Amino acid sequence: MDLLARIPQLLVYGIVSGSILSLGGIGVSLTYSILGFSNFAHGDTMALGAYLALALLPAMASLGIGGASLGPLSFGWDFVMALLFAVVLTSLAIVLLDRLLFRRLRTAHRITLMIATVGVALALRNALQFVWGPQPHYYSMTIQRAVQVPALGIRIKPDQVFIIAAAVLLTVLLHLFLRYTKLGKAMRAMSDNAALARVTGINTERVILWTWILGASLAAVAGILTGLENKFITPELGWQMLLSIFAAVILGGIGSPYGAIVGGLVVGISEEVSTAFLSTGYKPAVAFGILILMLLIRPTGLLGRRT
Amino acid sequence: MELFIGVVNYLVFFAITAGTYGVLSLGLNLQWGYTGLFNIGVAGFYAVGAYAAALVSGPPPDVWDGRLIGGFELPFLVGLVAAAVVAGVVALVIGLPTLRLRADYLAIATIGIAETIRLVLKNESWLTNGVWGLQQIPSPLYGPIHRGAMAFIASHPDLPEWVQRLISKAYNGFYLALVLLVLCVLYFFMRRLVHSPWGRVLKAIREEEDAAAMSGKNVFSYKLQALVLGAMIMGIGGALYAHFVRFISPNSFEPLYGTFIVWVMLILGGTGNNKGAILGAFTVWGIWTATDFVTGHLLLSATQAAALRIIVIGLLLEVVILIRPQGLLPETPRRRRSSLQKEAGEAQPPPPP
Repeated sequence: MDLLARIPQLLVYGIVSGSILSLGGIGVSLTYSILGFSNFAHGDTMALGAYLALALLPAMASLGIGGASLGPLSFGWDFVMALLFAVVLTSLAIVLLDRLLFRRLRTAHRITLMIATVGVALALRNALQFVWGPQPHYYSMTIQRAVQVPALGIRIKPDQVFIIAAAVLLTVLLHLFLRYTKLGKAMRAMSDNAALARVTGINTERVILWTWILGASLAAVAGILTGLENKFITPELGWQMLLSIFAAVILGGIGSPYGAIVGGLVVGISEEVSTAFLSTGYKPAVAFGILILMLLIRPTGLLGRRT
Repeated sequence: MELFIGVVNYLVFFAITAGTYGVLSLGLNLQWGYTGLFNIGVAGFYAVGAYAAALVSGPPPDVWDGRLIGGFELPFLVGLVAAAVVAGVVALVIGLPTLRLRADYLAIATIGIAETIRLVLKNESWLTNGVWGLQQIPSPLYGPIHRGAMAFIASHPDLPEWVQRLISKAYNGFYLALVLLVLCVLYFFMRRLVHSPWGRVLKAIREEEDAAAMSGKNVFSYKLQALVLGAMIMGIGGALYAHFVRFISPNSFEPLYGTFIVWVMLILGGTGNNKGAILGAFTVWGIWTATDFVTGHLLLSATQAAALRIIVIGLLLEVVILIRPQGLLPETPRRRRSSLQKEAGEAQPPPPP
């Protein structure tokens, strides 16, 4: 009975971490469907965003942006602005990386590109380690008290509500973007058939550019939100989440951004709820279990298309 | 002379490690170089091999050891076979659900298995002694060789000191010979394999999977065989490592040392070329060692120096992919080249290397 009583609370944690996984998964899914390869550096892009926000946070105060807490949240406008600047800088860094590396490999084999992303992942993570060291860093040292919600039998922190709300907002924006803007339509066209998209006059390089920007922006947000939820960041932050993100993406159907959202939530919730039954040491392996199960039962994923 | 002895002893040590990596690189070459299987969980198979060998050949649990079983003190060769078999079984389990799908799935599944294996090694203390790892793994024939060398020194007190110091490290020389022997056996075994009809099917699958399937080849079965055989070779690499360093823990098999550096070795050396795989192992391990000397002279903290070395290896990989994707020793399409030469007449100069 004690086990069952814990489940609502674990569901809350699962939805919070699932929201972050979804944001990370969207980027992986977009790169996969538009550029055609799995980006193993995506987790480390998240970590890059988290560290850029950390570096920008003190600069915000000197710009005169207040650090006073926003209502019940643990952070102020300085954090929000640092987040926005970090998103821009992360996107710039990834676009630069595309120019230096991936653009020269457009015609290379997919697997060559995947190997290149593994190299980027390692170099990026260690660049963060070089600058900031392996020890954890903190956005803020304040400890936030959780709010009781007796009706549901749960406790939730205001920051966690913020994380869920941010993920929902970004998901809705992404949906509107893909559905109604010209660029969004071009992206969908290119993921359906790149050659056909090029023939119809779509500027594929421009689509690729915006794919990187979109993926990197969401990754940066996901990384920063991870820091907010965990209360600390380390250079390993993204790499540790990569397997869960890929499990989420495959579960949802690789190449489908909407699938990534569903998959992220399912993986996040499963990981948290599993701690009621399994040793927490095995939490990272839950995503792997889901992944293998899914590959056996339905490799195209929940919302994937048969190719 | 002092320096010379130091260099010789160091080179022997270096070559043992590089040779062990050469074994891993050969295993990966079978999977990736010849069959096009994207395995980024080399560390998992390497770790499983090392632990299997340590459990089969190592001592039984000590009083302070958390283990309940294992440590059968069986001969080195039995451990080597066990390492290969266990790694092969793991590959079979991972290959069955993933090899019918696109390459990405195998890649992700192999990251997953390597990570899961590391978690099992950390958490299942009854088998692996958890984070404390397995200690006192015997090196084969260490006792007799070391005692023999010491007895020889004792009975020849008139030998110069540098000769004595060289002889006192005789065991490392023996182990190097053992590693090179295993490497040679595997090399010739692989050479026979890849030039056999079986090997040609693997290359056909790598080049054009559908065409291979249309010629009536069971693509899935061949891929599975290549994955399992490659993993077995990696398992042997793990056993060689365990018996030399004599202490293994889950941290010995992090993705950097276990997987990534092996990939850089194979790609730099020459994907699809067994000589290249071995050359790459020695070259990259040399570069890796050299960066240790260089970063040692910079004003960096230990963690910064370590991070910088890894960045260098990452950049090296990207540079190779951009500038010389075929590696130092490219795969030679021997048949095609010789037939082209025949058509063009013997007067043509040989193609550039």
